[in-house]
Amino acid sequence: MGMHPVRKQRLIIVLFIVFGAAIAVALATFALRENINLFYPPADIAAGKAPVGKSIRAGGMVLEGSIKRDTQSLRVDFIVTDYEAQVPVVYTGILPDLFDEGQGVVASGMLDENGVFQATEVLAKHDENYMPPEVQSALDSAAESKAKPGKAAY
Amino acid sequence: MWTFFHKMGSPRWFYQISGQWLPWIAVFAFGLLAVGTVWGLAYAPADFRQGNSYRIIYVHVPASAIALAGYMLMAFAAAISLIWKMKLAEVVMKCAAPIGAGMAFISLISGALWGKPTWGTYWVWDARLTSMLILFFLYLGVIALYEAFEDNVSASKACAVLSLVGTVNIPIIYWSVEWWNSLHQPATLKLTEESTMHSDMLQPLLIMIAGFYAFYALLLLMHSRSEILVRERNTKWVKELVAKRLG
Repeated sequence: MGMHPVRKQRLIIVLFIVFGAAIAVALATFALRENINLFYPPADIAAGKAPVGKSIRAGGMVLEGSIKRDTQSLRVDFIVTDYEAQVPVVYTGILPDLFDEGQGVVASGMLDENGVFQATEVLAKHDENYMPPEVQSALDSAAESKAKPGKAAY
Repeated sequence: MWTFFHKMGSPRWFYQISGQWLPWIAVFAFGLLAVGTVWGLAYAPADFRQGNSYRIIYVHVPASAIALAGYMLMAFAAAISLIWKMKLAEVVMKCAAPIGAGMAFISLISGALWGKPTWGTYWVWDARLTSMLILFFLYLGVIALYEAFEDNVSASKACAVLSLVGTVNIPIIYWSVEWWNSLHQPATLKLTEESTMHSDMLQPLLIMIAGFYAFYALLLLMHSRSEILVRERNTKWVKELVAKRLG
């Protein structure tokens, strides 16, 4: 296919612009990758990669059975996990409606010397699953009835 | 195929043929949007965790998808205008910018309104939200840059280069939720895998996405047609058209 040489040259310029910009941005984002991440996962915090006494974010799942609510105040203690490591979090304030055990959270605050995350804000991280409530309860009861015979055997 | 391509370069031919398409696209767009809105807002079931607030998805996801697809269309038109100096491509590039900016704005605002009850905040500077804000500014940049030039030729050239540079942001937006950790969740609708949404909720969403695409096509055609008339105002065919309209 014969393309006019002038147009061919312009096509090369267009490709040069796009790929040049792509390489520049790729290098910049690669250099800044740690800063583009919104939060530190518990594994990084446990490995000592997160700074102590500095304003950071920690994110992961709220460990099942780890939420302890204070009866006298709004203080809540819970553990954030990525199923590799665990970070204890302390927060005093109002939590989003979607905050729950087994759900994702992103907490802002500071890591103290004892490795406890002192949160000043807790956000709920929603996952990509959307389902009607009846379907979810049907799934839950199906999972329970599957689990039951196994339990009865013990 | 090449004759079609060359015909597309003729603003007059495009004006005439697109005039025949308009009513059909309009019926299609408003039909799909009406069905999708009523189905999504009134008949689709509530979400087991979010309740009714998830229904913002019926606006948020279509607007976001079109903000991205519209940018690629604008950049594609920009490349054609640079390489082939096609007038129609310049028109489409110029007209795609404000519509895309509108879609990006709807995406950002609807996302913020959903974020408050779901996450607990309107905004967070994570990779997805920030790159989407950059897309909105790129659209605004193209609009502003075009207005900064006196003549259409220089304006189109400058805007075409900016549009092409900005395409770098599109894969970043798309994969931001996979490449970096973010507050925004990964995609629910996937091209290669099964969607993680119940079909009762997914069907109206797909209708809304199709409706938004048709609505976008309608807006882009209407805007491009009026731009063509302005640019060709001194040609014989436009003068005849105006004379005919005025009776």
